[in-house]
Amino acid sequence: MSAAPPAVPTRFVRTAHVARKERAEGVARFLFFLMAAAMVVPLCAILGYLLWKAAPALHLGFLLDVPKKGMTEGGIWPAFVGTLYLVGMSLAVSAPVGVLAAVYLNEYSRDNAFTRAINLAVINLAGVPSIVHALFGLGAFVYAAKFGYSILSASLTLAIMTLPVIIASTREALASVPHSFREACWNVGASRWQTIQAVVLPNSISGILTGLILQVSRAAGETAPIMFTGAVFYKAVQRGDLFPYRLDEQCMALSMHLYTVATQVPNVQEAIPYATAVVLLGSVLLVNATAVTLRVWLRGRKRW
Amino acid sequence: MTDAAPLAIETRGLDLWYGDFQALYGVDVRVRAGIITSLIGPSGCGKTTLLRCFNRINERYPNVRTGGVIRVLGEDIYDPSVSLIELRKAVGMVFQRPNPLPISVYENVVFGLRVHTPRGELKRAALDEAVEKALTEVGLWKDLKDRLHDRATTLQLEQQQKLCIARLLPLKPDIILMDEPCSALDVEGTRAIEELMFELRGRYTIVIVTHNMAQARRASDECVFLLLGKLIEHSRTADLFLSPKEARTAEYIEGRYG
Ligand SMILES: Nc1ncnc2c1ncn2[C@@H]1O[C@H](COP(=O)(O)OP(=O)(O)O)[C@@H](O)[C@H]1O
Ligand SMILES: [Mg+2]
Repeated sequence: MSAAPPAVPTRFVRTAHVARKERAEGVARFLFFLMAAAMVVPLCAILGYLLWKAAPALHLGFLLDVPKKGMTEGGIWPAFVGTLYLVGMSLAVSAPVGVLAAVYLNEYSRDNAFTRAINLAVINLAGVPSIVHALFGLGAFVYAAKFGYSILSASLTLAIMTLPVIIASTREALASVPHSFREACWNVGASRWQTIQAVVLPNSISGILTGLILQVSRAAGETAPIMFTGAVFYKAVQRGDLFPYRLDEQCMALSMHLYTVATQVPNVQEAIPYATAVVLLGSVLLVNATAVTLRVWLRGRKRW
Repeated sequence: MTDAAPLAIETRGLDLWYGDFQALYGVDVRVRAGIITSLIGPSGCGKTTLLRCFNRINERYPNVRTGGVIRVLGEDIYDPSVSLIELRKAVGMVFQRPNPLPISVYENVVFGLRVHTPRGELKRAALDEAVEKALTEVGLWKDLKDRLHDRATTLQLEQQQKLCIARLLPLKPDIILMDEPCSALDVEGTRAIEELMFELRGRYTIVIVTHNMAQARRASDECVFLLLGKLIEHSRTADLFLSPKEARTAEYIEGRYG
């Protein structure tokens, strides 16, 4: 046996300097926690305030009904369906193009002038303000391509706007698949395309989907691009009609409708703008929640 | 009743779990001060895990639980009054891959001093002296004295590993833990690090993990053989390799498994 250990430790005691360091650590940790917690406050405040103001108008009828009496009463069905059309159409274009482009950039391209130019373009496009995309959509789709003011023009504009972000997030998801997985495939003689199908896509799908879905909510919230290219103040539609629009027609949209009832129309029932905001926000949160659930589920199946 | 040499590290009934998986089972190990002790055993037997217990760095992993007693330099390191900061100052660690920080050689060596000394008390002259002393001790001073302000990550791997050892020295550690410090190095580098260990022997207690048995044999005074998280045998290196007491040890050093 070694000598009996002293009752009070003498070796690793806190010196004054150590105590100071530990106090600084405590302060830092608390501050960081505070900042993280502060994130939650505005979200709860916004949600609470909106719900409280919107309460009188919040019932299923508000969602299914059409606006009445010069939009001062009634519901928001045409705008809701319009937003579904716009977002669905734009995603139908931007998702395949964006994902395939990202696969090319991440899996096939070598580091040369051409790919660097593409990368630069992607990064810069992601930073272009939406109002500029709106103007581009107006020139390119409405006038040059002669699609006119229409759902088609508006969704193509939204697609162009979301594409660079989709490319960037997809590339990130692809890059997070360990390189060793690809090597394992190549070393049994799989082609690149087989490797992509067999290991790269299955293992990055959760990241790719999350990126896509986040762009859904962004597209649903934008006003400028659709206002210039295809959204309209009012359109007469049947209550609850799921297919009220043709693609070459203009449509109503939630974001634009919110702007209209909040600022353009006099004597609107007080709860209507708030309820419209709640529906917009609720749809976005619902979509995001789906993304999170999907991600958790897919990650649960991931075994590395 | 006292041992001939004082103990640097002593564990009693040390258990460790990663979640539900138990990685160490009742390990009783007694590492004597001032000598080189090697931990050997097949891959996954818990060498790294045991080593990382000695400065409580395992706690940084989520869901690690430990049981039993660990004494370092006679102190129970789980005593609430023990300061982790002071413990890690006294028990330094060198990793498998050299991990110099991407700053200058000079700043790497004085990094620990800067962390452990109030800013006002750091004198340039003292820092310069500490750098020269530490680099001399690991045999880098001649090569690097004109390159002190080069980025440490541009050095050769062997120099990087020596630098990682030098980084510990200004803090005057008692114990240096090395986790397979040569596995990223070539033959020359390995020899250089082993020679350095002999240089440091006596002034520091060195515990080295290796899965290279020849290295354990060349470079250590005592040898601890672990298998599946249990300590099988601990004896003088010469004895362990010439006349192992346990059949499992004999089979391992003959190369029957592992
Ligand atoms: N962070 C960890 N989480 C879960 N299990 C771990 C972790 N680190 C090591 N293990 C497991 O503990 C056992 C011992 O690991 P380790 O100490 O690294 O072995 P060695 O260094 O002897 O090769 C292994 O079975 C390993 O899988
Ligand atoms: Mg190990």
